[in-house]
Amino acid sequence: MRLRPPNNTLDPRAVGWWRAQWLLLTATPVLVLAVLGTLIGPARFWLLLPAAVLAVLGTGCAVLLPVWWFRTHRWEVTDEAVYVRTGVFRQEWRIAPMSRIQTVDTVRGPLEQLFRLATVTVTTASAKGAVRIEGLDHETAAGLAERLTRITQDTPGDAT
Amino acid sequence: MSSEAALSPSPDAGDDRSPAQEPGTATTADWRRLDRRTVLLSALLTAGVAAGAAVPTTLGLSGRLGLGPAIAWVLAGSVLLIGSAAAGDHVRWRRTRYRIGADRVELHTGLFLVKKRSLARERIRSVDVTAHPLQRVLGLVTVRIGTGEHSGNDSTLELDPVTRPESERLRRELLARAATGTPGTHREGELAALDPRWIRYAPVSFVAPALGGAAAGAVMQVSDWFGAQGQVIEWVGDRFRDTSLLTMIVILALAAVLAGVVGALGLWVEMWWNYRLEREPGGTLRIRRGLLTSRSVSIEERRLRGVDLVEPLGIRTFGAARVDAITTGLAKDDEEQHGDHNTLLPAAPRPVADAVAADVLRETTSPTGAPLTGHPLAARGRRLRRALWAVAVPVLVLALLGVLLTPVLLWIALGCAVVGPAAGVFLARDAYRGLGHAISGDYLVVRSGSVRRSTAALERAGVIGWTVRQTYFQRRAGVLSVTATTAAGAGAYTAYDTDMSEGLRFASEAVPGLLEPFLERVPPTG
Repeated sequence: MRLRPPNNTLDPRAVGWWRAQWLLLTATPVLVLAVLGTLIGPARFWLLLPAAVLAVLGTGCAVLLPVWWFRTHRWEVTDEAVYVRTGVFRQEWRIAPMSRIQTVDTVRGPLEQLFRLATVTVTTASAKGAVRIEGLDHETAAGLAERLTRITQDTPGDAT
Repeated sequence: MSSEAALSPSPDAGDDRSPAQEPGTATTADWRRLDRRTVLLSALLTAGVAAGAAVPTTLGLSGRLGLGPAIAWVLAGSVLLIGSAAAGDHVRWRRTRYRIGADRVELHTGLFLVKKRSLARERIRSVDVTAHPLQRVLGLVTVRIGTGEHSGNDSTLELDPVTRPESERLRRELLARAATGTPGTHREGELAALDPRWIRYAPVSFVAPALGGAAAGAVMQVSDWFGAQGQVIEWVGDRFRDTSLLTMIVILALAAVLAGVVGALGLWVEMWWNYRLEREPGGTLRIRRGLLTSRSVSIEERRLRGVDLVEPLGIRTFGAARVDAITTGLAKDDEEQHGDHNTLLPAAPRPVADAVAADVLRETTSPTGAPLTGHPLAARGRRLRRALWAVAVPVLVLALLGVLLTPVLLWIALGCAVVGPAAGVFLARDAYRGLGHAISGDYLVVRSGSVRRSTAALERAGVIGWTVRQTYFQRRAGVLSVTATTAAGAGAYTAYDTDMSEGLRFASEAVPGLLEPFLERVPPTG
C-alpha cells in the first residue's frame, strides 16, 4: 500500500519563481566575493575562485532543481480533505480534513507577485499541522481559498 | 501585498476587549477587588530580593567607601526599592477589579492605559491555583483562568492574589458545568494519592545530575562574588595534593552526584508532597501538590485527548513511569518551562501508572498497556547507523585535533571510542525495542524513544490530520514515519520508521475515511 500522488501540479511559472529565488540566493555571496576580489589585490585568486565555484553551482542548481521540484510538488483538494505532497530528498505528504480547518490564508510575496503566484496556507488547531501550497497561480489560489473558506464555514464544530 | 481570509470556528472569538453587553448584570456591586494584602506581599518579596542583593553589593562597595557608609547607602537603596515596590503594587491593587458575569469574566487593570479584558465563560477551560510559601502564610493564592487557546498570554486572566476561599469559589463557579451524561460509570473522588515510597525514583531522574552540576556552578559563582574563586580552587587543589588527578576527578564527581541526589530528593518533596489526583463532579480532573508552594491544576475532561506514559531511562530501569495528560489548553506560558504542568502522576511503579491512566481515560484497561505492533528491522539498522555516526564524528574530530594540538585529546578520543560504541549500540537497540504502534479501542498508541521513552495514547477522534514523511534512506529501507497531528499536547505524535504498508494501514484505520481516498494498493513486487 502506498500514498498516491495528488492530482494537481503547481503552476508551471513556479519553476521560474524557484529559479529566481535560487539565483538571488547565490547572487548575494557571489557579488560580495567578486567585489572584494577586485578590490583586494593580494587575495584576488582566493576570493574569485570561490565566487566562480558558487556561481556555477548556484546556476546549476537553479536550472536543474526546480524542474525536479515541479515533478514532486503536487496538491489536491477534495470535499473531505486537503492533500499536499512536497519535498524531494525528504518527501512529505500532509492531509488536513475539511472539518478541522481553522484558517485559510493567501500570501503573495514580492517575487511571487512578479510571477503572478500565491501561497495558500491552511491551518488546523494543531500547532504542527499547517498545510502550505506554494506556487499556485494567483487566481487559482484566490478561488481555492474562497472554496475552502466556504466549505469550512459550512462544517459545524470547533475544529479541535 | 497579502490578502487574508481568516475564519474563526465559532462566532465567539476567545477574548474580545469589549465590556459585557448583557443587560441587567452590569451593576457596580458585582465588581470585586484583589486582596489588599498584596501590598504587604510585594513589600516582603522586594525586601527578600533586596536582602539577597545587599550582601554582595555591600561587600563590593565597602572596598571603596568603607563598611559604615556602604551599609548606609545599601540600606537607603533598599528602603527606596521596597517603598516604591509597595507603592506600585498599591496603585495596581487600586486599579484592578474583576467580575464574574453571567456570560463573561472581566478583568480591568492598568494605571494610564486601562486594560479591559474579558473571557467568555463557556470558553474557560482551566482554573489553576498556586500559592508560594509567603502567600500561604497570609492565606492568599494566585488564580489563573485560561481558555486554553494557543494565542499567547491574552487567553489567560491572572488574579494575583485573592483569598483561598475566594479562589475555591471561583474554581467551583467557573468550572461547574451541567453534569450531564458523563460517559460510563467511572468513579469520582480520589484517583491517586502520593505514596511516599515513590521518592526512590527521584534520585534516578535526570534532575539529579543537572542539580549536581548546578551545585558546583553555584559554589564557583558565589565564591566569585566574594572574589574568592581562586582560593576555592586552590583549597580544593590542596585537599588532593597527595592524590592523583584521576582520584580527584572521581571524588569531585561523587560529591556533585551526592549534591544532585540530595537536591533531587528535596525538589521531589517540594513538588509532590500532598499530591492528590481527584475527579470532581462535572468531569474535571484536579491535581493538588506541593510542600511549600502549593499548586492546584484543574483539567476539564472534555479537553482531555489522551495520556502520555513517559519513562525516562533512569526511572524505566526501576520499572516506573510518569503519566502526562494530553489536553488542549493548559497554560502554555511560563509553566510549560517547568515541564510538570500537565503531569497527572509523578514517577510511580508501572502498574500504578497504567491503572491511573485507565482511570483518567474512563477505560477498564489502559490503552498504554496494549500490545504494540513492532517496526521492521530496517528501523534498527537506521538507529544503529545513526548511533555509530554520532560516536564516530566527535571521536574523529577529537583525534584530528589531538594530532594537531595536544596528545591529551587523543586519550579522550580513545576513551570515547571505547565507551561510545557500546553505549550507542545499547541505546539504539533499546530505542528499536521501544518502537511500536497500535490501535486500542478509541485510542491510537505510539511508542518511541530510549532516553525518554514515551507511550502516547491519543484519542482517535482527536486526530486532526496526518503527516507522512519519508526520506531517501527511508524509501530505500521501505519504511516511513506517520505523524498524527492534534490540537492537544505536543501537537503531533509520530510512529517512526514503520513498515510502509503497515504504517499507512494503521493511519487509515485509526481515522476511518480520512486517508483512504489517497491510498492505492500496489501489487507486491517479488
